[in-house]
Amino acid sequence: MLSDGKMRRFRWWFIFLLLLSPFILLNSNLLTDNLGADPAKVIVQNLGFWAMTSLWLTLAVSPGVKLLGWRWLMSFRRMLGLYTFFYAVLHLLAFATFLVGWRWDILLTELTKRPYIVVGTLALLLLIPLAFTSTKGMQRRLGKHWKKLHILIYPISLLVMLHFVWQIRSDFGQQLIFAILLAILLGYRLYLKRRSS
Amino acid sequence: MSKRLIRDALNIPSSEITSEVVYKQRRRLMQAALSAAVLPAFTFSSFARGAGYDIPDDLPRYPGPVWLRQKLASAVRNPELSVSDELAPYYHAITHNNFYEFGTDKRDPVRYAQKFKTDPWKVEISGEVARPGHYNLEDILAPHALEDRVYRLRCVEAWSMVIPWLGFPLADLIKRFEPTSKAKYVQFTTILDKKQMSEQRSSFGTIDWPYVEGLRMDEAMNPLTLMAVGMYGNALPPQNGAPLRLVVPWKYGFKSIKSIVRIHFSETMPETSWNITAPGEYGFYANVNPSVDHPRWSQATERRLPATLLNPNIVDTLPFNGYGDQVAHLYKGMDLLKWF
Repeated sequence: MLSDGKMRRFRWWFIFLLLLSPFILLNSNLLTDNLGADPAKVIVQNLGFWAMTSLWLTLAVSPGVKLLGWRWLMSFRRMLGLYTFFYAVLHLLAFATFLVGWRWDILLTELTKRPYIVVGTLALLLLIPLAFTSTKGMQRRLGKHWKKLHILIYPISLLVMLHFVWQIRSDFGQQLIFAILLAILLGYRLYLKRRSS
Repeated sequence: MSKRLIRDALNIPSSEITSEVVYKQRRRLMQAALSAAVLPAFTFSSFARGAGYDIPDDLPRYPGPVWLRQKLASAVRNPELSVSDELAPYYHAITHNNFYEFGTDKRDPVRYAQKFKTDPWKVEISGEVARPGHYNLEDILAPHALEDRVYRLRCVEAWSMVIPWLGFPLADLIKRFEPTSKAKYVQFTTILDKKQMSEQRSSFGTIDWPYVEGLRMDEAMNPLTLMAVGMYGNALPPQNGAPLRLVVPWKYGFKSIKSIVRIHFSETMPETSWNITAPGEYGFYANVNPSVDHPRWSQATERRLPATLLNPNIVDTLPFNGYGDQVAHLYKGMDLLKWF
């Protein structure tokens, strides 16, 4: 049997590496030239997918604690949130570097002509204050305001959903799955709120 | 080159990939057998290699059905109608495809189309023609000599490639079937085969299969409009629309319909798949036009593939994809903002 401390450390490393593995896999596929004929697009899409998945997992923490009674999950919410930020920043950097080559004229037209890019950028900008106030120190310093600030995660998740849905060409299978999961995650919170009031 | 993607795509265990030495031995044997018995006029390698094209040994070749090989091998380059832009590498052309019937990811078609049955193949000619009927592809191709033409292909998603096609002018085919005076439009239909095409079974797709496309008669008769049966000196790979596809280089790629089973002549403008799916985003004409944006993105520039990570290879998109001299007159007096 593992001691509690060892168990906790094992769990931490396990989840840390699990969420990092898509990034490692992407890099190894890149180095072995296994991303197909348009690696730029694949990288951007893949990073976006994992940003979204991390965000959905972050939102699943408190329902998980309440419904499954896994109190230890709570201590991973910060890590999951920061992974969301990590993948989202890389997603935007990859877009600007690999797809647009930092050509400011194109970046500007993309921002005005591709509405889903505006929505995605807005979501990322809103994530910045959340990432910077994620430390224990900031949590203490902000007190009850911290919770108010971090309510931003709900509008962010809706913006991200819109960012994804707005890119549908013809098949919407993936978007549907993410939308159903988000409806459950947010719906559960609404249900709790209504029951308590 | 990514051998793994190809290997995964074709579901070949690495142990079964023939080593180059063995492969070349086999090729020599087959070459000897063939040239002695059946095809004395040319060598096997001229079509296996793709005349003049650089096809790496670790990538699959598509020689096509036996009856087509002589034709493919004797195709001649048409320099007047070819562009001098640098060709997309063969690898990029056969692994980066929009062929939604096999999946919506660019890498789905190469993965899922390899067993697609393209021979024998029948094409129905119908509507306002003197000689309607169901014809074997072999009979349809019989009188036509193939040309090798290098065209720019501009996808509506703002990427592009330069591809050497093997085909013949659609105009020559149309004349043979003698359209009536009522024939104002041509509609093309892709095969409907839910067994072979997974996306046609999907419940989450918004395209109403089969895929249909169309041209105005004068567009169809333009010398640039090509019926392609091959590329890079070989037959068309299934993921690129084998055995018969349209190539209309001054229009967005989705107009160049793949795996055609029906050519229909009509008096009225036919329905086209993307126009039905999203009429505000895709018009009937779909001419490449940098000054008319897609509602969700700009069409002013394109990424010419292959691009590297640090050089996205962005080039300006040209009106009519650079074919204005040959086709702009077709649209004289038309408001291209309205007829996008």
